Amino acid sequence: MKPTTILLDPTAEKSPERRERIQRPTDLKGITIGLLNISKPRGDIFLDEVERQLIEQGLNVRRFQKPTFARVAPLELKQEIKSQCEVVIEALAD
Amino acid sequence: MEQPKDGLILFCKKDCATCTMIVPVMKKLSAGNQALTIFTQDDPGFPEGLSGVIDDTSLEQSYHFQIETVPTLIRLENGQEIGRTVGWDREEWRTMTGIKSLGEGLPPFRPGCGAKNVEPGIVEELAVRFGGIHLASRRIASPPLEDEMETCFAHGWTDGLPVVPPTEVRVVRMLEGTTRSPDEGVGIIPPNQMACTVEKAAINAVMAGCKPEYLPVVLAAVEAACLDEFCLHGLLATTYFSGPVVIVNGPVVKAIGMNSGGNALGQGNRANATIGRALQLIVRNVGGGRPGEIDRAALGNPGKYTFCFAEDEPGSPWEPLSVERGFPEETSTVTLFAGDGVQAVVDQLSRTPESLARSFALCLRSVAHPKIPMAADAVLVVSPEHGNIFRQAGWTKARLKEELDHLLHIPGLELVRGAQGIAEGIPEAMKDITLPKFRPGGLNLVHAGGTAGKFSAIIGGWVASGPRGSQLVTKEIRS
Repeated sequence: MKPTTILLDPTAEKSPERRERIQRPTDLKGITIGLLNISKPRGDIFLDEVERQLIEQGLNVRRFQKPTFARVAPLELKQEIKSQCEVVIEALAD
Repeated sequence: MEQPKDGLILFCKKDCATCTMIVPVMKKLSAGNQALTIFTQDDPGFPEGLSGVIDDTSLEQSYHFQIETVPTLIRLENGQEIGRTVGWDREEWRTMTGIKSLGEGLPPFRPGCGAKNVEPGIVEELAVRFGGIHLASRRIASPPLEDEMETCFAHGWTDGLPVVPPTEVRVVRMLEGTTRSPDEGVGIIPPNQMACTVEKAAINAVMAGCKPEYLPVVLAAVEAACLDEFCLHGLLATTYFSGPVVIVNGPVVKAIGMNSGGNALGQGNRANATIGRALQLIVRNVGGGRPGEIDRAALGNPGKYTFCFAEDEPGSPWEPLSVERGFPEETSTVTLFAGDGVQAVVDQLSRTPESLARSFALCLRSVAHPKIPMAADAVLVVSPEHGNIFRQAGWTKARLKEELDHLLHIPGLELVRGAQGIAEGIPEAMKDITLPKFRPGGLNLVHAGGTAGKFSAIIGGWVASGPRGSQLVTKEIRS
């Protein structure tokens, strides 16, 4: 039988921080909904339809777009969305 | 054991002719009124019949006193070393001991022998055993009934192939490959944005199978991968095929024995194979980038295990990639490309640069899709037999790139959606313009491969190229 071998942990030794979700709004009325197009093809078509339906229900909508789907959203864009909206709908894939 | 604080201490071993020669000297010193401690490295019974001989076969004291040669005579005062002489030098021994007649009848000088604590492979064992190096990483026990390799699999540390278990000794040995401190930062690794230290890189380099002398290349590759222009996070997360392709230039190629010749893009060379793998393991283990999780590749490519090769600079008709990218020829570099698989270019009949350039261009059109321009970059690996055609005709690399750019300007009409009965393509509105296949700077040329075979290779890139995705990055390899 081999003795116990001591190995060195090759990982960062941390699971990603698990964050609590923020409280979900009970009603969309009176708050602003952000629609984020990540710049994947046809994301705009999908969001156009979502926007149409939300406006029909009398809700406030604002549109946003990432410069490229390949990169995480720039900090300025994230701050802009956070400062203007309470919820966000993201068109993720083509 | 507690170290002596005052007097003379002597390190010796039986398997040393100089040590055995000076046994009468040791006896004389031992019989005198000075405190003398003798540490023997190999045989506790040597030298015979003397008091004050301490068994140092564990080499603990030899390690602490950093003995390199036996015999070594040291004088201590209040725990501080105030004198040391190595080997047998009669005058020095007489001065250190204050005994003028010491060693009468012995030759005036005899060099010593190598100490056991500096024999190859021992130093790292001793560093781990006697606390000579501090490693911050968490210790994970591989239990007696489990193979260490299975422990690594069980923890999810591997890329699917077995890894070399990262024991402390192996990691200490790996760290000998760099002058950098184990706690020095190398980069922040996505997707979890975790700091990678030299130590973490070394652990993963051990697992990948690297030799210590490869570590500087691995560290440079990590630094390059963490540059914002390379966009490692997006490259990892994409559904596309690509992963980091590592191209090495400069004197390090020969120094560590990388392959830039036959089968340069294939298997069989330890440095090529393990450097690329180490980078991927760091992304997996430190960054947390795993297939099926953040790595969303639809198909991936075999190069995601490892894809690393060296440019054949001596045989190249052109300046090396590193020089083209602004580094001096004597500087070793790694260049990272977000690339996928290898696509063959077969042309056994062209004997003019014009004809061969046309072959290259025709094949390059198919990167990603023949009807998709300006999306993916590419690296064209030109082999020696193809390179010779350009060399003989006096074509520089710039000349060939210019020609390829010209040949790869494609009328929009051929590229629009629906053209050739294929739905894929560019919007109809672009039918009247001519578009380049590659964005400016998107096509790079390197020279590698065996001397027989009129074949070159295209390494296609990620379809998110340039500032909106990944760009070629180069980093100098530091020791």
